[in-house]
Amino acid sequence: MNNLIILPIIIPLFTAIILIFFNKNIKVQKWISAIASFAGIIISSVIVQRVHESGIQTLAVGNWKAPYGIVLVADMYSSLLVLTTSIIAFTSLLFAFSTISHDREKFFFYPGVQFLILGVSGAFLTGDLFNLFVFFEVMLMSSYLLLVLGSRKIQLQESIKYILVNVISSALFVIAVAYLYAVTGTLNMADLSVRISEMGQSGYITVLAILFLIVFGLKGAIFPLFFWLPGSYQAPPTVVTALFGALLTKVGVYSITRVYTLIFYHDPSFTHQILAWLAALTIIFGAIGAIAFWDIKKIVIYNIITAVGVILFGIAANTPEAVEGSVYYLIHDMIIKGALFLLVGVIIAITGTSHLRKFSGLIASHPFLGWMFFIAALSLAGIPPFSGFVGKLKIVQGGFEAGEYTIAFIVLMSSLLVLYSVMKIFIHGFWGEPKEELLVQKKSPKGLLIPIVILIALTTAYGLGVEWISPYISQAADTLLDPTIYIQAVLKE
Amino acid sequence: MKTNDLILQTATKVVVFIIILFSWHLFFSGHYTPGGGFIGGLLTSGAIVLLLLAFDLKTVLAFLPIDYIKMTATGLLIALLTGVGSFFFDAPFLTHTFSYVDLPILGTTSLATAVLFDLGVYLVVIGVTMTIIQTIGETE
Repeated sequence: MNNLIILPIIIPLFTAIILIFFNKNIKVQKWISAIASFAGIIISSVIVQRVHESGIQTLAVGNWKAPYGIVLVADMYSSLLVLTTSIIAFTSLLFAFSTISHDREKFFFYPGVQFLILGVSGAFLTGDLFNLFVFFEVMLMSSYLLLVLGSRKIQLQESIKYILVNVISSALFVIAVAYLYAVTGTLNMADLSVRISEMGQSGYITVLAILFLIVFGLKGAIFPLFFWLPGSYQAPPTVVTALFGALLTKVGVYSITRVYTLIFYHDPSFTHQILAWLAALTIIFGAIGAIAFWDIKKIVIYNIITAVGVILFGIAANTPEAVEGSVYYLIHDMIIKGALFLLVGVIIAITGTSHLRKFSGLIASHPFLGWMFFIAALSLAGIPPFSGFVGKLKIVQGGFEAGEYTIAFIVLMSSLLVLYSVMKIFIHGFWGEPKEELLVQKKSPKGLLIPIVILIALTTAYGLGVEWISPYISQAADTLLDPTIYIQAVLKE
Repeated sequence: MKTNDLILQTATKVVVFIIILFSWHLFFSGHYTPGGGFIGGLLTSGAIVLLLLAFDLKTVLAFLPIDYIKMTATGLLIALLTGVGSFFFDAPFLTHTFSYVDLPILGTTSLATAVLFDLGVYLVVIGVTMTIIQTIGETE
């Protein structure tokens, strides 16, 4: 009995419902959604602390015991992700207040954001495979709304693609769950893990593991399945892209991590090897995309793909160091992608274009913005005092320990290309002579800078305070490395 | 030229009540026999769609002045609150309970709080269906 851990799901749901009633009153909408998402941050920090002090928290919804009812499980990994989600939600909302146009706000933009947060937090907290599917759908349907809201031509065009891909992957998800249910007769993740380890991972289960990899890979944009992402993420306003880039793909990554560490971990020489190579190819293709484009939004979008590859390689290498590194890197990446997209949003708001060749010399008129971008870029690439460093270091170290020298080397090289791709924005956009037409549009982006300052401060603190954060992260990694901790907490054996 | 659909309209006036009664029957019998909030809500909105077919949008709005979006939100709120209600009894979210109550006319009936959750589902289904149909109907 522990109703605390359902609050990250209930609060956004309640807020979204209330916001529907106030859909014409924009001021009330803004206040309610800001207060609710700030409450979300507090609640999820309490959950993180509670999990840290007294172990995994579970809640049997409706008082039906573990394998029979739906269980919500907050282990350290998922509660840290819920906390990061609520921080991203809060900062994105602050950014949305001054960038989203009135007609969008009147057509349920803020309820859409709240439903998105509900889906993401639910997907992180659930301990049931079909419930995970339901939360995926909640998240995806609100992302359809946010993607198409405003109905410009490009948004309509890209949402058709996005919806088509996601409907197909959801159908595959249902089929995969049906197969797994037919084999094991249960849908609770902990119970699944127990039954599979009892019957041994046969070829049939391995096929299902690959099927789940395809399903979650489509959501999380890994190598052959990322084709839908660059276009779809470019269409909506930047704040929506920030929410998508920071949260949606990470839910796919989280699900791959969860099923590959909890359920399908008995035949790593096959399943994890495939995952490792797909991760490597994801990194390579993401890096190629990031250096190829001159559109600042596209550059950051391709950096999402690279990061997904890096995180998944940490899971695939499956050594204590690598898994810990991947937890570090996942949280770092959510924060920094949020910050980068918001920065890109400010740049677009100032210059009126996202094309890098059309503006330069921003540092002269906006020095603060420029140096914040610089910090974000160094942090993204993993330069030591900042947050990207520890995660990547541990992932590479774990990769070498696991004997994956080639892929670990690819991870190292990718940092260089990632650094090049964002420095290209800094050098061409911020340095150089200010172009003439820029002097005309010298808007002051003050309100827009606050959420970015919060995120940059957080990522710097995350980098500098690794010592302080590490007990939390290693607790998360311990649960991922040893499924019995999770199983015992859920099934109470 | 407007066609004369007197037969359709007269038949509708009779049939709509039968459909709505049947949908309520399905709604309330969901605990023990096939039925429930989803199919009940679909059938009720089916009755309203029949009204829309026989009359036009304005007429139907005139005697059923319902904001279906608010109705959806109300349904969601009811469903959520039945879940949250368990908090006050120190039970996990969505824990339901039931008891046997002697009602004046119906006799001993089992009243379950799950019905309140189903009422939420019922309202959401009607709200969503009617919003979809009305929005498509209004668009030129």
